[in-house]
Amino acid sequence: MPLVVEKLNHTYMKGGPYETQALYDISFTIHDGEFVGLIGHTGSGKSTLVQHLNGLLQPTSGRVLVDGTDLSDKNADRKQIRCKVGLVFQYAENQLFEETVEKDIAFGPKNLGLNAEEIDRRVREAMRQVSLDYDRIAKKSVFELSGGQMRRVAIAGVLAMKPSVLVLDEPCAGLDPHGREEILKLIRRLHRESGTTIVMVSHSMDDVAQLAERVMVMHRGHMVMDGTPEEIFTRGEELRQMGLDVPQVVQLCEQLRMRGFDIPERIYRMEDIRELITQICKKGGYHAQ
Amino acid sequence: MLNDITLGQYFPGNSPIHRMDPRAKLLLTVVYIVALFLVKSFVGYALSLAFLYLVVRLAKIPFKYLIKGVKPLRFIILFTFLLNLFFLTGEKVLLVLGPFRLTQEALFNALYFSLRLVFLVMGSSVLTLTTSPVQLTDALERILHPLQRFHFPAHELAMMMTIALRFIPTLLDETDKIQKAQMARGADFESGNLIQRAKAMIPLLVPLFVSSFRRANDLAMAMEARCYRGGDHRTRLRELRYTRLDGMAALAVCGFVALIVLEGHFFG
Ligand SMILES: Nc1ncnc2c1ncn2[C@@H]1O[C@H](COP(=O)(O)OP(=O)(O)OP(=O)(O)O)[C@@H](O)[C@H]1O
Ligand SMILES: [Mg+2]
Repeated sequence: MPLVVEKLNHTYMKGGPYETQALYDISFTIHDGEFVGLIGHTGSGKSTLVQHLNGLLQPTSGRVLVDGTDLSDKNADRKQIRCKVGLVFQYAENQLFEETVEKDIAFGPKNLGLNAEEIDRRVREAMRQVSLDYDRIAKKSVFELSGGQMRRVAIAGVLAMKPSVLVLDEPCAGLDPHGREEILKLIRRLHRESGTTIVMVSHSMDDVAQLAERVMVMHRGHMVMDGTPEEIFTRGEELRQMGLDVPQVVQLCEQLRMRGFDIPERIYRMEDIRELITQICKKGGYHAQ
Repeated sequence: MLNDITLGQYFPGNSPIHRMDPRAKLLLTVVYIVALFLVKSFVGYALSLAFLYLVVRLAKIPFKYLIKGVKPLRFIILFTFLLNLFFLTGEKVLLVLGPFRLTQEALFNALYFSLRLVFLVMGSSVLTLTTSPVQLTDALERILHPLQRFHFPAHELAMMMTIALRFIPTLLDETDKIQKAQMARGADFESGNLIQRAKAMIPLLVPLFVSSFRRANDLAMAMEARCYRGGDHRTRLRELRYTRLDGMAALAVCGFVALIVLEGHFFG
């Protein structure tokens, strides 16, 4: 089920005094099972783009095709599309409203018109996917939970609709390091276990470097780079000019290279660098001065 | 989706109208509205329209913004029109519809009444389109200041209004976001009967309330942290000052009122 975006433009408040064009001629295709990291500076249009992927915003021009269905088509089945492309908003915990966790997660499946049994199954499944203990948490009020737990409930609420593409807008924003780690782990697991296509919006190069197989970079409403992490992270200078950083691992490699260590190009994952450094240490190539 | 509320939406600019003292603008708008109640005929409404048009041209606001401001009120206007039409009595019967008698006087009165409403909204829209909310509440505070001697909380009132106005766009943004987040989970805000629609609002209203309370709490804390304690001995960043512009505007409005009074005399 490919997700195709063609020459997408979006202008907010067209014709008004505060008219702003947020997207310029964006085109790309996302294939089944891909893990795409979408990065860009604040205000570069990431959230705007992402809201086009399930038809919450309508393009000013251009089109978005999900499974061949044009989202701007008046007759397109909106619910069906939103079920296929699940979108987890930035600060998703702000959308929680039900009395209990269980009911809140059930909101999506209920809107799809499923029967009670199926809803219950999906709620349990979704809670398992985000590692929330059903017996302990399900009957609690959502407002009793910690920030990280609330975020996970919100993600479960979207997962319960069983989307084949999951779009997450800054899923780690505002969480402590432990919370971030947990969320990233669960996203990785989702991708590996159920083969869900993932589009993850992030400010953090590190998060993207750890997870994504393909990286898209946005700058002031334009899609300026689109490629594998190796390709993108070797263009560090350009990234810095756009106010973005390269991942810490890449920075570390650069530093090591500058001090005369022989570090191969294209290393950007924590595991790889760890391996490399252990090797260097074992070989005794490094002596404290 | 929530962008069609003009009232309270500032249209930035640097026209003479924008540069006027907000106090003068506020007071003159009130005078204009009072004058509307003196209008006795269509000639008077034509005059009011001409005057409004002139001001809008001076302010360099597209006229369609005023129309947009009236749009949300169209049902109220229609309703008052119909109410007046069928319940006012008069001599010259134009039409009999069952128990209702439509008279010429009623028709005219209904039209006058609706027109007055339309002009009232458009007039105040000119004020809010050319004056930023902060200026507006500043003006209100200065105007009400003398009443403080009688323990009228002018500063507090103005501060409350500033805060309320400041948070309207934030709340609209928030509403938009939550609405979209729920739509992403398959919520439907547009179809269904009245009860279903009211029920569909719950997923929107609960998070909105929660975040509003949180915001209010944060704001109170932030104000306290900066030692805010009411209006006593506070100086202001922008002093308000009347200029020649305001004098000219006052003359123009006086001229308009004189015309309306004359009109009432000749056509009323
Ligand atoms: N509802 C809106 N109305 C008007 N303009 C908007 C709206 N939402 C976003 N914009 C504008 O569109 C541009 C892109 O915003 P967007 O929220 O898509 O950026 P972003 O990349 O998600 O930023 P962030 O990293 O801060 O979330 C910005 O200039 C913003 O001011
Ligand atoms: Mg965003």
